[in-house]
Amino acid sequence: MSLSKTDVEKIAHLARISLSADDIPRYAENLSNILDLVEEMNQVETAHITPMAHPLEAIARLRDDTVTETDQRVAFQNIAPQVEAGLYLVPKVIE
Amino acid sequence: MHNKTLAELSQALRNGECSSLELTQHFLTRIQQHNPTLNCCVSITEEQALEQAKAADQRIQAGTAEALTGIPLIHKDIFCTQGIKTSCGSKMLDNFIAPYNATVVEKLNAAGMVTLGKANMDEFAMGSSNETSYYGPVKNPWDTDRVPGGSSGGSAAAVAARLAPVATGTDTGGSIRQPAALCGITGLKPTYGRVSRYGMIAFASSLDQGGPMTRTAEDAALLLNSMAGFDPRDSTCMDQAVPDYTASLNKDLSGLKIGLPKEYFSHGLSAEMGAALETAIDELKKQGAEVKDISLPNTHLAVPAYYVVAPAECSSNLSRFDGVRFGYRCEAPTDLEDLYKRSRGEGFGAEVKRRIMIGAYALSAGYYDAYYLKAQQLRHLISDDFKQAFTEVDVILGPTSPTPAFNIGEKADDPVTMYLSDIYTIAVNLAGLPGMSIPAGQINGLPVGLQLIGNYFDESRLLNIAHRYQQATTWHQQTPPAFA
Repeated sequence: MSLSKTDVEKIAHLARISLSADDIPRYAENLSNILDLVEEMNQVETAHITPMAHPLEAIARLRDDTVTETDQRVAFQNIAPQVEAGLYLVPKVIE
Repeated sequence: MHNKTLAELSQALRNGECSSLELTQHFLTRIQQHNPTLNCCVSITEEQALEQAKAADQRIQAGTAEALTGIPLIHKDIFCTQGIKTSCGSKMLDNFIAPYNATVVEKLNAAGMVTLGKANMDEFAMGSSNETSYYGPVKNPWDTDRVPGGSSGGSAAAVAARLAPVATGTDTGGSIRQPAALCGITGLKPTYGRVSRYGMIAFASSLDQGGPMTRTAEDAALLLNSMAGFDPRDSTCMDQAVPDYTASLNKDLSGLKIGLPKEYFSHGLSAEMGAALETAIDELKKQGAEVKDISLPNTHLAVPAYYVVAPAECSSNLSRFDGVRFGYRCEAPTDLEDLYKRSRGEGFGAEVKRRIMIGAYALSAGYYDAYYLKAQQLRHLISDDFKQAFTEVDVILGPTSPTPAFNIGEKADDPVTMYLSDIYTIAVNLAGLPGMSIPAGQINGLPVGLQLIGNYFDESRLLNIAHRYQQATTWHQQTPPAFA
């Protein structure tokens, strides 16, 4: 498997990661090598094998639908990059 | 004082031979002295440690102390510690002061342990050498030109160099066992669901598990006693009673059936490594264990399946780092997409970016069946291999890592070569089984690790075998000469 520059740019966009143009060839090479390693999976026919969802075949536990969390907005917003009046600030999204 | 085990220190504290404050000051001094060489701690929490030590001494005097009360430890910097920086080895979280404690931290605090600091680690636990940390590589105390293993390399190096009696670690594909092997200490990855993952920064949620990193199996049992247990805040944590892991440490090994997978003793293993394991097997036989050759025929599929499952889960877990609510934010973003992309591009290191991208690719439209679904199917095959093996034997024995500690820089430029360092440990995570590494020899002055793999929730048996082995051998007592 050999990923092109365009493939890497597309994947980086899906992952919302900026890459410098200089770094792209190295990522293309590394990611292609990793996909080659993973390729070995295809040696095995798995059509009739159930995918494993949990090592112990446990079922997700449910809890009562009651309020258990306390309000920690202030504590959580203290560590945010930019907040104002209890809101997280980001660049303008709607013109 | 620093050459005593947790069990010995616990006794010394209760006998009044020393105070927790003295112990804490002693280890803090050692950290100040040796951390510049080893780079194993990213934070030193002196002020808090001294307060915890004073509180522990009061408990000891009041007669309400437990086995762990007053014992200093270092937490891997993946565990959230309230009010203390929790970086996960990343620039992304270099400014992150955790607003709450991980359950593991909460439990060990409640037991009266003293947190000396936070251990360096591979960025977001992605690495096998500790070279991916934003804070620079950790050095192996046995040879500072070599890696300590990873991702819990800071924890392993700190315990090996006697900078703390014990430490916490986490293991997604070998991250407790491989550094334990490379640094010559004891490390246990419990059964998936045995230890709460709440507040343990997620890498691959179906594989991650926290566990103890100690000098002896007895210490691992003592620490696991307090780390393990049900936690309603982790939906994958199993509601199963925690036995006293120290109770069965001395159990006789006669009649124990040990399986040796032929795939673990084949071409990939060096002659010296094979010889070290052979000697260890002989010791266990001498104690009455029986050895049986077994096969885990899908072993070769573990690394490929892991490098789909782990990156896929990481790409989804790490999507929370968006520069909005916490962590790193890029300067002057032009719009929301620029904010996301540059915060992540600048905040994450190369290995983390590679894994996120592999995961994003494997999960993208049209590729899901070929990658993630396929890997989860193979995971079933791998897990069935172990189920079959455990109908024949009680425990599986093999190497932890194909080689002793390698040189810093040796594998750093080639992710695939690095990934193969975990060839013997990864399948255990895919199957969710408990695994343990104990020191079992040296090659050219570097420690060799022996891995024990148990059936689900059979940590007691692993600790029992490891303890009996350690009663008869001295590999676990070897100290790196520069840190004696």
